[in-house]
Amino acid sequence: MSALTSAEVPPIGPDDHVAGDGREVVVYMDLACPGCAASWSDVRKRDWRLCFRHFPMASKHPRSPALHAAAEAAARQGSFWEMCDSLFAERGRVDDPHLWERAEQLGLDLDRFRADARSDEVAARIRRDFESGLRAGLSGTPTAFAGGRRAEL
Amino acid sequence: MIEPGTQAPAFTLPDQDGNEVSLSDFVGQRLVIAFYPQDFSSVCSDQMSIYQEVLGEIRGCGADLIGISVDSSHAHRAFREHLNLKMPLLSDFHPKGETIKAYGAYLEDRGHANRSLVLVDENGVVEWVHEADTPLEIPGANLIFDALASNAPAE
Repeated sequence: MSALTSAEVPPIGPDDHVAGDGREVVVYMDLACPGCAASWSDVRKRDWRLCFRHFPMASKHPRSPALHAAAEAAARQGSFWEMCDSLFAERGRVDDPHLWERAEQLGLDLDRFRADARSDEVAARIRRDFESGLRAGLSGTPTAFAGGRRAEL
Repeated sequence: MIEPGTQAPAFTLPDQDGNEVSLSDFVGQRLVIAFYPQDFSSVCSDQMSIYQEVLGEIRGCGADLIGISVDSSHAHRAFREHLNLKMPLLSDFHPKGETIKAYGAYLEDRGHANRSLVLVDENGVVEWVHEADTPLEIPGANLIFDALASNAPAE
């Protein structure tokens, strides 16, 4: 039986993507979602301990899995937030060569970036976030939680 | 809304390509019917997109999922293409809402279905229903897996 039955949104863990200090907010985002992009600059400015979780909706945004893989591959070289900033800032350039260009601009090792983006580990890491969102009842992005409850962005 | 334990009302409706689909086509497997208000509305788009994301897992549970609304087959076809949906969408267009009414999911004042989920078992008996409090509320895909997990057939 599938493991996608209802579950509370998991608390922030040691291998989550976390930045900033203040109120703990967990936000599920799709890097190809226009609404997420619109809210991103504001979300980044808030006095929050912000936890980003992957929620790529591939049917709606076919390039979404590639963008999340790029962000997670950048994370392996310490540039997760910079890659997210870049992807949300310039949404029209999302083909693979554009992603490699971004990785180079961030000073990443390109061969490693490409290999990581294709790796099973990265896919599993993204899937883990996606499933936790599904189990918490998400139906779209962006969706935020504070103290385990839905919160306004 | 129809009660669990009752026989699911039979229907034969055209899908997005105009092909007739009947409830009896699904005998022998569990079927999730998602009644929803209207193709292309923002809430319905989010709802059907999230179900699309887990369609493989639903089928992996030995079940299937279809959508039913009052929209025409032509609208269904465009909606499916727009969102890359793979589940069949059935058209309860004429007589308008007849099947949706048989399941007690029709909102007379609005002229469309309420957002409702019905799980029909292998023998065509209603196993579980979920009716949204308002058409704006999206039942998460987790609720479908909760329903499939309870009363799961012994393996």
